[in-house]
Amino acid sequence: MPTYQLKVNGTTSSVDVSADTPLLWVLRDHLDLVGTKYSCGIGICGACNVHVDGIAMRSCVLTLEQVQGKSITTIEGLSENGDHPVQKAWKEVDVPQCGYCQAGQIMTASAFLEENPNPTEEDIKNAMHGNICRCAAYNRIYRAVEKAAENMG
Amino acid sequence: MSKNPNITFSRRAFMRTTGLAGGGMLIGFNLFQACKPQVKPPIDLSQLDYNDFNAFIKIADNGAVTIFSPNPEIGQGVKTAMPMIIAEELDVAWKDVYVAQGILDTENYTRQVAGGSQSIRFGWDALRQTGATARQMLINAAAARWGVEATDCTVSEGVITNTNTNETLGYGEVVNEAAQLEIPEEVTLKSPKQYKIIGTEQRNVDIDGIITGKPLYGLDYKEDGMVYAAVARPPAFGQKLVSYDDTEAKAMPGVIDVVRFGEKVHEMAAENPRLSGMMGESEKVAVIAETTWQALKAKETLRLEWEDGTLESTEDHDTILTDLLDGKEFRTMRSDGDVDKAFAKADKVLERTYESPFLPHNCMEPMNFFANVTAEKIHMVGPIQTPAGTANMAAGILGRTPEEVHLEMTRMGGGFGRRLYGDFALEAVEISDKIKKPVKVVFSRDDDMNDGIYRMAIKYRIKAGIKDGKVIAYHLKEAAVNSNMYGLIPHFFPAGAIENYKVDVASYNSNITTGAWRAPYTNFLAYAEQSFFDELAELMEVDRVQLRLDLLKKVDAEADENIQYSPERMIAVIHKAVELSDWGNQPGNVYQGFVNYYCHNTHVAEVANVEIEDGEAVVKKVTCVVDCGIVINPLGALNQIEGGVVDGVGHSMYGELNFENGKPTATNFDRYRLIRMKEAPKVEVYLMKNEYSPTGLGEPTLPPAGGAIANALKAATGNRLYKQPFIKSPELLKPKQQEIIG
Repeated sequence: MPTYQLKVNGTTSSVDVSADTPLLWVLRDHLDLVGTKYSCGIGICGACNVHVDGIAMRSCVLTLEQVQGKSITTIEGLSENGDHPVQKAWKEVDVPQCGYCQAGQIMTASAFLEENPNPTEEDIKNAMHGNICRCAAYNRIYRAVEKAAENMG
Repeated sequence: MSKNPNITFSRRAFMRTTGLAGGGMLIGFNLFQACKPQVKPPIDLSQLDYNDFNAFIKIADNGAVTIFSPNPEIGQGVKTAMPMIIAEELDVAWKDVYVAQGILDTENYTRQVAGGSQSIRFGWDALRQTGATARQMLINAAAARWGVEATDCTVSEGVITNTNTNETLGYGEVVNEAAQLEIPEEVTLKSPKQYKIIGTEQRNVDIDGIITGKPLYGLDYKEDGMVYAAVARPPAFGQKLVSYDDTEAKAMPGVIDVVRFGEKVHEMAAENPRLSGMMGESEKVAVIAETTWQALKAKETLRLEWEDGTLESTEDHDTILTDLLDGKEFRTMRSDGDVDKAFAKADKVLERTYESPFLPHNCMEPMNFFANVTAEKIHMVGPIQTPAGTANMAAGILGRTPEEVHLEMTRMGGGFGRRLYGDFALEAVEISDKIKKPVKVVFSRDDDMNDGIYRMAIKYRIKAGIKDGKVIAYHLKEAAVNSNMYGLIPHFFPAGAIENYKVDVASYNSNITTGAWRAPYTNFLAYAEQSFFDELAELMEVDRVQLRLDLLKKVDAEADENIQYSPERMIAVIHKAVELSDWGNQPGNVYQGFVNYYCHNTHVAEVANVEIEDGEAVVKKVTCVVDCGIVINPLGALNQIEGGVVDGVGHSMYGELNFENGKPTATNFDRYRLIRMKEAPKVEVYLMKNEYSPTGLGEPTLPPAGGAIANALKAATGNRLYKQPFIKSPELLKPKQQEIIG
C-alpha cells in the first residue's frame, strides 16, 4: 500500500492506505479525527466538509493523491478553543438539533465567510444550499451565518 | 381541559439514596418505573440495587451537582430539558449543573424510549418529585443540624437558610447527613410562578462538543481491538440469500473475515412476528475488516446469489390500496351515529382521496452499532431510541439473560422513528458472537435507504355530507401497507364535532418493512383532512377558519373519554394564528393556507404563505402557534418547532421512495430529494402561555405543515393537491392559465 504524507490541522502524519481510500475515512479511522462526518459518501450532502487550502470540500470523494502537499483543516482544527466566530455564532443561536451535520455546516460557512465577509441573504442561502440538515434547522443555520458575518465584519 | 394520563406514584419503588464513599450523595430514581401509567410494585423491593435505576442526581460534598439524564437524545432536546426540570425542584443554579447521559443497566423498565413526543409528558411529575425529594432531604439535614424545624428553613440555588438566625449551609455541607435520612413521604412542589429555570432559554447541553467535533455519536465510538463490519443485504424486498462467493473479498486489504449471519434473529422472529417485520426475511453476509472503508469496499466484491420471492412494485401498491378503499373489508375504529343514513339525506356530498408514498427516515448518521459479545457479558454501544427492548432482544437471540447486557447510549445523528428498531444493533450482536471480536456494524447510505423500516404508503378517502349548511356526516377510510392507525388517532378532531362519524381502516401485508416515522399516520393524515376541510369550506361557501371554529364549538370533550384534545385550547390557538399571520390581509401576491391540528397531546395551528415567483408557487413563510402547556426550555422548543415545520414542508414537497420489483428506486441523496436551505420557509413561532402540564414537541408541528402548504398552494394556483410529494405534479405548482378575454 502506498504511503501518503498528510498535513491536517497543522500536523503532518504518514498513513499507509490503498490509493482509493477517501480522505474522510483516513481522517476518521486512521487519524481519529471523527468530527468530520460520514453520511452520503458521494459528495451530495456536505456532512464531511473540510477545508483544503481554505476551500470547503467534500472529504468523502477526495483521494489522498488529490490533497498531497495541501493544508487540510477539520472541525477539530478550526480554532484552538472552539471560539472561531462561526462556532461562537452557532453556539449563540443554538443551531443544532441532532447536531450530526453541523461540523460540515460550520466548515462550509467558515470558508464562505472568509471569501465573502459581507454576504447578502441570497449569498448565504446559496453558500449553505449544498449542506443537508435532516432536522431542517435551516432557519437557525441561516441566522448563525448572518451573525458570524456581523461578528467578523 | 385536556385530560391527564393516569399516572400514579410509588416513591419507594422508584427512588433510593445513598452516601458516596468519597463523600456526597447519590439519589437514584427510576423514571420509567415512576411514570408507567399503572405502577406495579417491583418484584422484590429489598433486592433493588443501583443497577435498577436509570437516572441519578449526584451531589458531591463540594456542592457540585451532576444529573444523569435517562432518555435517549435524538436531537429533540430532552437531554437538556429533563435535567432542567430536576434542577428546578432541587433548587440549584442551572449553570452549576453538569449533565451526563444515563446508561441502560437494566431491562425491566418500559419507557426509556425516545418516541411519540412523550418523554417530557410522562416525565414531568416524576422528575419534579425527584428533584423536590432531594431538596427536602437536604433541608431536613440542615434543620437537624441547627435543631430547628424544616419549615424554619428556606432554600435558594443550593443554599439553605435558617430563618431564625439567618445562618446558611450549602448543599455540599449537609449532603453526607442527608444521604442517611429516610426518603420523605410528602414533598411540596413549586408552583409555576416560583420557577427560575423552567421557562428560561437554555442551550443544548452538548453544544460545545458538537461545534468542536467531539466523538459524541455512535459512529464515532471506538475501542481497542474493534473491527468494522459492512453487511451485504438483499437488493430487493422479497429476496432471500442462497449462497455467496467471498474469494475476491477475502483477498482485499484489511479483510479479516466474511460471515453469513441472521439465523439467530430469524429463529427468535419465528416466535415473535413483530421481530420478523423488523428484520426482513433473508440472512445476510458480513464483511469484517480493519477499517470502515476496507469493509465497505470488500462488500462490493461479494458475489451473491439471491432467490426471488414476491417482488412488489409501487404500481402494485397503488392498485391494492385503491381496491381496499373501494372494497368492504374494514375494521371500524370509531363510529358515532349512522353515516350511511346521514349521507342518504345530505344535500351535498364531498368525497376525496389522498395518496402518499413510502418514506425512508434518512437519518444523517447512518445506522450503526457496536457490540462485544464475551463469556462475561454483552457490551453494546450506539444510537438507539429503545435501549431496554433492544437489550432484551440481544439477550434473547443469544440465549443469554438481560442482566448480562450492558448497553450504553450515544447521541444520535437523527432518529425520526428509525432508531426505535434495534435491527442494526442485533446485527452487531450476532456478528460479534460469530467472530468473537468487538465489532462495529456500519450501514452505508445505500444500506440505510434500501434496508429501511419505512413510513408505509397510505391512501385516505374522506367523505362528508352537508345538510342545511351543516356538516352532518364524516367518513374517513384508511388503506395502508402493513398496519393502520392506532391508539387515539381515530378520536382526533373532527371526532366529537360531527354527529355521524366513522373511521374505517384496512391494510395489506407486504414484505417491505415498515414502521414508525416522525408522527406516525398523522404525518400524512393531517394534510389529507386539512385539505379536505378547506375544500369543504369552499363547497359550503363559508369562511375556512370559521368552519373549523364552528365544528370545535360543538365538541363536548368531557362527554367522551377518548377525546383528549381540548376544543377551548384549539380555538385559542386558532385565534392566535389568525392574528399573528395577519390571515386574510395579505398583499395580492401572497396566498395563505390555514391548518389546525392536534396530535401528541399538543395543539397547533399553522398558516403558510405562498408567493408566485417566476411563474411558480413558492412557500415563503409558515406561522406556527403551539400550545404544549408549560414550556420547559423555550430555546429548545423553538428549535423543535422550526425544524418540525420545515421537515413537514420538505417531505410533503419532495419525499418519496418507490419500488420496482422489490427494489427501492433511490439509493442515495442524488436521487432522493431532501429539503435544503433555499427551499426552507421562514418559520415564525408563538408559544401559548398557560400552566397546563407540558407535552412534547418532537412531532406535533410536522403533520400540519403539509396541509398548510397544500391549502396555500391551492390559493395561489387554483390547483388542489391530492398526492404527495407535491413536486410529482409540477404543472399543479404553477397558477392555472387565466382565460384571456377579448
